Amino acid sequence: MGWRQTYRLRLQRKRYLIRAFRKRREMKPVVNRTALIRPRDTLVFVTARNERVRLPYFLRYYREMGVDHFLFVDNDSDDGSREYLAEQPDVSVWSTRASYKRARFGMDWMNWLLRRYGRGHWCLTVDPDEFFIYPFCDTRPIRALTDWLETCAYPSFPAMLLDMYPKGPIDAQPYHEGQDPFEIACWFDAGNYTISKNGLHQNLWIQGGPRARVFFPDAPFAAPSLNKIPLVKWRRGYVYISSTHMLLPRKLNKTYDEWGGERAAGCLLHAKFLSPLSAKVSEELTRREHYANSREYRAYSEHLSGQPDLWCKWSERYINWRQLEIIGLMSKGNWA
Amino acid sequence: MPVGFVMMCHTALDRAAQVARYWAQSDAPVVIHVDARVPRAAFRQLQDDLADLGNVSFCRRFKCDWGTWSLVAAAQAGAEKMLERHPEVSHVFLASGACLPLRPVAELNAYLDRRPWTDFIESVTTADVGWTVGGLDIERFTLHFPFSWKKRRKLFDRYVNLQRRLGLRRHIPDGLVPHLGSQWWCLTRATLSAILTDPDRPVHDRYFRRVWIPDESYFQTLVRLYGTSIESRSLTLSKFDYQGKPHVFYDDHLQLLRRSDCFVARKIWPQADRLYKTFLAPRAPSLAHTEPDPTKIDRLFSKAVERRLKGRAGLYMQSRFPRKDRENGKTCAQYSIFHGFADIFENFDSWLSKQVTARVHGHIFGPERVEFAGGETLYNGCLTDSVALRDYNPRAFLTNMIWNARGERQCFMFSPRDNQECNWFTATDPNAQISVITGAWAVPLFHSARPFHEVRREAARLQKVEQAHLDILRSMYVKARVRIWTMADFIENPMEPLQTIIDELSPRTARRLTEAPRLVDLTGFGQFLQNLKNQGMQPRLMGDFPMGEDPRPATGRRGRPYLVR
Repeated sequence: MGWRQTYRLRLQRKRYLIRAFRKRREMKPVVNRTALIRPRDTLVFVTARNERVRLPYFLRYYREMGVDHFLFVDNDSDDGSREYLAEQPDVSVWSTRASYKRARFGMDWMNWLLRRYGRGHWCLTVDPDEFFIYPFCDTRPIRALTDWLETCAYPSFPAMLLDMYPKGPIDAQPYHEGQDPFEIACWFDAGNYTISKNGLHQNLWIQGGPRARVFFPDAPFAAPSLNKIPLVKWRRGYVYISSTHMLLPRKLNKTYDEWGGERAAGCLLHAKFLSPLSAKVSEELTRREHYANSREYRAYSEHLSGQPDLWCKWSERYINWRQLEIIGLMSKGNWA
Repeated sequence: MPVGFVMMCHTALDRAAQVARYWAQSDAPVVIHVDARVPRAAFRQLQDDLADLGNVSFCRRFKCDWGTWSLVAAAQAGAEKMLERHPEVSHVFLASGACLPLRPVAELNAYLDRRPWTDFIESVTTADVGWTVGGLDIERFTLHFPFSWKKRRKLFDRYVNLQRRLGLRRHIPDGLVPHLGSQWWCLTRATLSAILTDPDRPVHDRYFRRVWIPDESYFQTLVRLYGTSIESRSLTLSKFDYQGKPHVFYDDHLQLLRRSDCFVARKIWPQADRLYKTFLAPRAPSLAHTEPDPTKIDRLFSKAVERRLKGRAGLYMQSRFPRKDRENGKTCAQYSIFHGFADIFENFDSWLSKQVTARVHGHIFGPERVEFAGGETLYNGCLTDSVALRDYNPRAFLTNMIWNARGERQCFMFSPRDNQECNWFTATDPNAQISVITGAWAVPLFHSARPFHEVRREAARLQKVEQAHLDILRSMYVKARVRIWTMADFIENPMEPLQTIIDELSPRTARRLTEAPRLVDLTGFGQFLQNLKNQGMQPRLMGDFPMGEDPRPATGRRGRPYLVR
């Protein structure tokens, strides 16, 4: 890498840090329990809007995984999310009414909180509909993973987004509070993902899955990115540049092996295609706060009117992480 | 006579205390070395925790750094204290704070009682070890290492190179033959005291102080001077990965550890509550004198290392994205490409699927849609027949298709009309079997009702495309099994080449072909080629089709006479 490129990336990184700094006042603390965070705690960072129904299971899932503290940014919810979160003993909540889009889809807020509270901790940055799984997640807490990553001197851990969907129309089965979303949306696409490498930032760009298959069959370039690096041992100066798809400095994006071997990797099970989706899509369309002029949501709404079924006879039913490892969507690497 | 344990601790002191208590309560004396970097309060805490046990003591503390003399000094101090304070001890076992006893001490005592003069220490000559990190083996003993490998890697490497260039060599003290091995050992009192009370010890110590990673070589080398009976293996189950880091055991390894019958395992994750609870619970020693057998664990860890270094062939995923030619297998299984066959035979794919046990697709790179077997619109792994999705990344499409269908051979048709982007990829893939009939693309044109000037233009284009593909298939980089016939040659005698291809496809079914695929009607094909020539286009790839002597589509019925056994 020439000094020109190094300098360009450095400027980019600084710019995002300054953005995060400028946007910090958009958030007002509702409850700040960050004093409870102990030195080696694992933290979860989330931006949420009107996710009250999903929150109880979300919190339970990550608590069972061994996460110690949650840092939420509530983006103007009106369904009681904020109040619910404020009651939780291990949650700190900030609230904002500012534009999600103008905060780079929440990433400016996340970057600020990560910089302020994440330093020196393993930080997991996810959406309320993303459920992190990693090798041995059924028998080992997340601390085992982060301890192991630390001995390997890996500062970040990748987890590809795996879109999960129900069989039949998406809104057919209602989701109840506290329910495991993957009781309903338990199907996924096993082997239609395409990967290319981003030369500048060194991350992999992964697309495919049911969203490319059903919503973008004629415009694959526009299909959503599925590569994510949600788990990072945060240090001052790190910054997420585009959702959790990539970071700077770019060494954090090199979570893959280029010489034929496999590094360890997890998955983020994505419970997006779950009722009530239609209502959410129409709301998001009027808000126009999403990526690339909300093209994803426009594509959804075109199809949702026809009650689409993402399921097909080749869909795979989710069992556990070992199944995903055998299929080749994630890997144990040299962790045994 | 009991064994005594020397424990080297630096973190997770609460776990170390638990283990020390377990050993001490089984009447095995314990000497603990605590890294001098451990804060005073934590050390106090440990001392207080174990204050009630008379046979636990603490030795002089050293600041321990990885790969330095300090670790040997600590082990020496611990061993000296053990020998001096516990005259009843017959064997000394060096363990770490992250060790866990898997079998009761009584079983270990019984095991050692039956081998009273045996030293258990891995001790291998430098020429024979394959696991040294950094490629240094004998040079560990002959070069100087003033810089830390962990903190000042560049300086370390440069200084090593400089010494190599200048030919600097240290003198190895007389009588020493360098040996290496795991730093966790169990030595007899006799051997250990001989090493520690040797009049030459100052010489040895001074020498090893500057050897790289002396904790893997000090005792391992000196034991060769005094040991009467050396078992070159460690009683501690300890596995290292390809970077030289120890593998860690977690709760889910419980059964594996239990069945290994090893005495002590390392390294245990400090939060592995179930392991500590299970193995530190009081148990009656078993009377069966089982030998330690870590093969299962060996296999588990060597598989993990192989996965990390070589990965699964043909898999492209978020944490395995090999560079070109570093794939260790571009695809995961063998597949066959039939180029031109579908043009000159009627229903070639259904004929082929009757002959072989494989999935026979149509033109999966076809321009209108992906022609999956059986006309499916979706296929294994949720691949769709969308041309746009396929052409967005044709290579990923192909590798996905082969990967998704692991265990079932895939065959597909190909022609110059199809997407050509994967041609280099398939030609350089040893898993590909590529059979080509050149010039066959002309047959559909011959049958088409399009105006002749369009046909002519299309023929010129297809010929160019096919020629480019043939150039690839004839290059020196080809790894695939490639067979090329001209159309004329193939039609002359189709059964023999078909038999060869199919034998290779399913070698176990040694069946002769009885029925040939039906050749399409080629009456007037020679004239068609002549017309192309007359229009100024030169069809080169079909071979020789003299005008008037049209090939007869009779091959199907005359199949038999060709079957010469």
